Parts: sequence; structure tokens; C-alpha cells
Amino acid sequence: MERKSPAFSVFIHACALLLAAVILAPIAWLFIMSISPAADLAAKPLRWWPQAADFSRYRQLLSTAENSAGAAFTSSLRNSLEIAGMATLAALALAIPAGWAVSRTPAIGWSLSMVIATYMLPPVALAVPLYMGLSHLGLLNNVFGLALVYLTILAPFTTWLMKSGFDSIPREIEAAAMIDGAGLFQTLRIITLPLAAPVMATSALFAVLLAWDEFFYALLFTSDQRAKTLTVAIADLAGGRVSDYGLIATAGVLAALPPVLIGLVMQRALISGLTSGGVKG
Amino acid sequence: MSGTWMTTRAWLLMLPLFVVMVAVIGWPLVDTVSLSFTDAKLVGTGGNFVGFDNYTNMLSSSNFSRTLVTTTLFAVISVAAEMVIGVLAALLLNQEFRGRAVLRALMILPWALPTVVNATLWRLIYNPEYGALNAALTQLHLIDAYRSWLGEPGTALAALIVADCWKNFPLVALIALAALQAVPRDITAASLVDGAGPFNRFRFVILPYLAGPLMVALVLRTIEAFKVFDIIWVMTRGGPANSTRTLSILVYQEAFSFQRAGSGASLALIVTLLVTVLAVAYAALVRKTAGSAA
Repeated sequence: MERKSPAFSVFIHACALLLAAVILAPIAWLFIMSISPAADLAAKPLRWWPQAADFSRYRQLLSTAENSAGAAFTSSLRNSLEIAGMATLAALALAIPAGWAVSRTPAIGWSLSMVIATYMLPPVALAVPLYMGLSHLGLLNNVFGLALVYLTILAPFTTWLMKSGFDSIPREIEAAAMIDGAGLFQTLRIITLPLAAPVMATSALFAVLLAWDEFFYALLFTSDQRAKTLTVAIADLAGGRVSDYGLIATAGVLAALPPVLIGLVMQRALISGLTSGGVKG
Repeated sequence: MSGTWMTTRAWLLMLPLFVVMVAVIGWPLVDTVSLSFTDAKLVGTGGNFVGFDNYTNMLSSSNFSRTLVTTTLFAVISVAAEMVIGVLAALLLNQEFRGRAVLRALMILPWALPTVVNATLWRLIYNPEYGALNAALTQLHLIDAYRSWLGEPGTALAALIVADCWKNFPLVALIALAALQAVPRDITAASLVDGAGPFNRFRFVILPYLAGPLMVALVLRTIEAFKVFDIIWVMTRGGPANSTRTLSILVYQEAFSFQRAGSGASLALIVTLLVTVLAVAYAALVRKTAGSAA
């Protein structure tokens, strides 16, 4: 094996420290801003570390008192949860049968390529008719309408992931169950779907992350607390005349918390999903 | 069981997905095409048929060519930087050092941060009066006076590219790392015995393993960067003086700010065509690298 010189080892550790600093500094700063008193953030020279940690902004944003900053934030939090949940469930309901069908019937594989090709479409290519259509149906500024639109993003992606998941479950297991007298739906229920549970979980998490992250359609199709999502609420805060930057940072920390936790816990599954999905495309 | 029944059954299982895809993607796309030949407004009915006027007006406008240049600059520079930094980070993470597992885990953080939160975070960092970048550079005596990084046409696009890179290079690094871990140890050992230097080892032994996954990452990232909207909208809205206006921002302005649905639709389709060309090039490239690396 290669013998590493001490100088090389020092160099590697220095690079690792640099990389850690690059990754962590912006995130740490977001959190520090959220707990620094407003005076510290406006001080010159800037105070990098708060004299006393101040968590009051978290209480402020999570309060539901009427007409407060908290009311707008908590309603957008609820909308994001509802929309991500509904869109994810609907996407999986479409993706599981379709993914299985494509996996077991290579003859219709081209139809999946068509569905995946839509993933390349820029959202702007659909935005105007979707806006007019939602407006016609009375679904503008409505959580159901936005969840429906999110299927344009979630459904192709989850179908793709589910198909590669079913590919890794041998057809012979299904065939054996059928020979033992199980019907198709019984086989799927008892054999295939339990084996596909991890892939379903990964697909669901990806779908939630995609929906949680979405901004363009939410910006276009929502206008007030009835349907505005977190991403729009945060963009409003960032672009508005909020004088307390710590409050904007706090909203950012709260919105980032769920996906960051999912990312850390599910790291391995997410990366294998990303690489397999990417390579098999 | 007969093949015909299998195929019919498969189609039946695909049907719900197809119905929804036609409703939310197929029909809107067709409608965008038909709108693009009219002078329809966003609200109100109809619009008159105007042939290819929207397309010719759009393609000959200086707005379009300038925006195309901005978009290309953004996509090429940010993706190239993400690839280079990502591969370097992956090579580092493949070495042995204390805390490696923790650092690998941390790499997921920027990727997991919602795009809008990332944009907001960097907007705060670049803030002209209270931003951390101004404070840090001043305290290190690198600049004399606070600057408006996002407010000056000369620095705004570069500032956006840095923010985009920071969020996206870790994903490239993780994909490259997964590929590096698949390189058999005896092959690298054999190349050492044969006297290959570090550069040749990377070029001829390791890079072939990286080529496939990296090519996929490269083209998917390029397509995404070409469609970019969120980070730019939150950080600059295309300003100052339209210096960061990308194609998606221009479509938004045309169709929704100015409510010119027809003209916006034609621009959206031009963008779609450009992305499709990229996607087809993607398919060809991936097939080629997959063939040569195998």
C-alpha cells in the first residue's frame, strides 16, 4: 500500500478543516443570526457571537396570535405540510402501480421514458395554462390546486424510483407465489409490496423534499394565508421591509429543519436513490 | 398467462398515472403551444391569432439575447465550478483522516437546505449594510468600505453563482465519492506498483470509474441551471439593471408581470426547445460514456 508522509497527512487534515468550514459557516451563521439580539446584528463592527442567546423569535414565529408575524408563518407551515402530504400520497398512489407495471412488462418501457422526459420540461412551459385552468376551476390560492400541480414534479420522479425498486425484486418470487395458488393482487399484497417498502419510503421522502422545496408554482398560484407555502412566506420576509434580519433567519432555520433532519437520518438511502436514479435514466 | 393480457394489464395499471399526466402536463403544454400563436392576455378571453409574430419579436429582441447570455453564463460557470470543487471534495473525502465520517455526513446539509432558504441566507450574508461578508472582509482589511454585492451589476451574477455553487457542489461530491468507493483497491494498488504518479493515476485509473456518474450529474445540473428561477428571484429578482435576469425570470415577467400570456408562452417554448436540445445531448453523452467506461 501507499505510505502516507506526515506532510501529506497534515495537508489532508488542513483541507478537511477548510471543507468543514465552507460547509458549516453559512449554516452556523444562519442559526447565530436567529438567536442574536437585533442590536448585535446591526452593530459595526459586526458582533459575531451574541452576548446573550435570544430565542424569543422562535416563540414569536410559532405563536398563533392573530395578525402577528407568527400567524402568517404558522399558516404557511400548515399549508406546506398539507400540500406536501397530499401531493406525496397522490404521487405514490399513481407511481406504485405504474412502476410495477413498467418493471414487469418491458414492452411498455417506452411509456416510462415519456413520463420521465416531462421531468426535463421547464415549469414556465406549463405555468400559463395551469394558471388559467386553476382559475377556471376556482382552485387558485387553494391547497388542493397546488397539490395537484405538484404532481407534475412528484409523479414522474416517484414512478422512476419505484420502477428501479421493483426491478431489484426478482420476478421469480412472484412467480413462485402464483404457482402456490396466490392470485395477482394477493401476491402483490403479501410478497411484492412488503419487499418494496424501503423503496416506497425513499420515494415518499424524496417527494416530500421536492414539494417542501417548491417555489415557482407556489409563488404564481397562491396569494394569501389560505394557501401560501413556507417558501413563499420566507421569500416575502426576505424581500419585504422586515427590519429584524434575525426574524428572517429564524424562519429559515425552522423551514430548513425538517428536510435537514430527513437528509441526515436518510443520508445513505437518499444518495443511493440519487445515484441509481441518475445512472439508470 | 398470455403476453397480450400481460400488456393490457400493464396499461391498466399505468392508466391513472397517464390520465393525471395528460391533465397536468400534456394539456397545458399543448395549450402553451396554441397560446404562443396568439396575442392573448393572462386574464380575459381569447386573443387573436398572430402567427409567428410572438416568436420573431421575441427572438429579435435585445432582451432575449441578453437574457440568453446571462443564463448561459450562470449555467456554465456554476456547473463547471460545482463539478471541479465537487470532485476535489470527493477525492479528499476518500482519503483517511480523523472525523471523515462526520464530514461526509455534513455534506448533505447544503443539499437538504431548501433553495429559498439558501437564497435568503446568502441574501443576508451579502447585505450591503449589515451583511456578514462585508463585516468579515472589512475586519480582515480586504475592503475599505461596505459594498452592495447584489446591488451592483458587476458583482451580482458572481454573488449568485457562489450561492448556487455552495448549495450544489456537495451533491456532486457525494455522487463522485460513491463512484470512487466502487474503484477496486487492487487496481489502484497495481497502478502504484507500475509506477503511475498521482496525476496519471487519477486520469487513467480513477477517472474512468467517475466518468459515467459525473456525466449524469453534469448534464442534469446543466439542465437545472438553465431553468433556474428560485434562487435568482429571491436574491435579486433579475436585477440590478437586469444583470441577473435569466430566461425563466424573463418568461415570468412577460407572462405574469406584464400579463402578456401569448408572448410569454412563445418564450417559454423557446426555453423548452433549448432544454430539450440539452437533454438529447445528455442522452447521447451518457450512452457514449457508459459505453466507453464499461
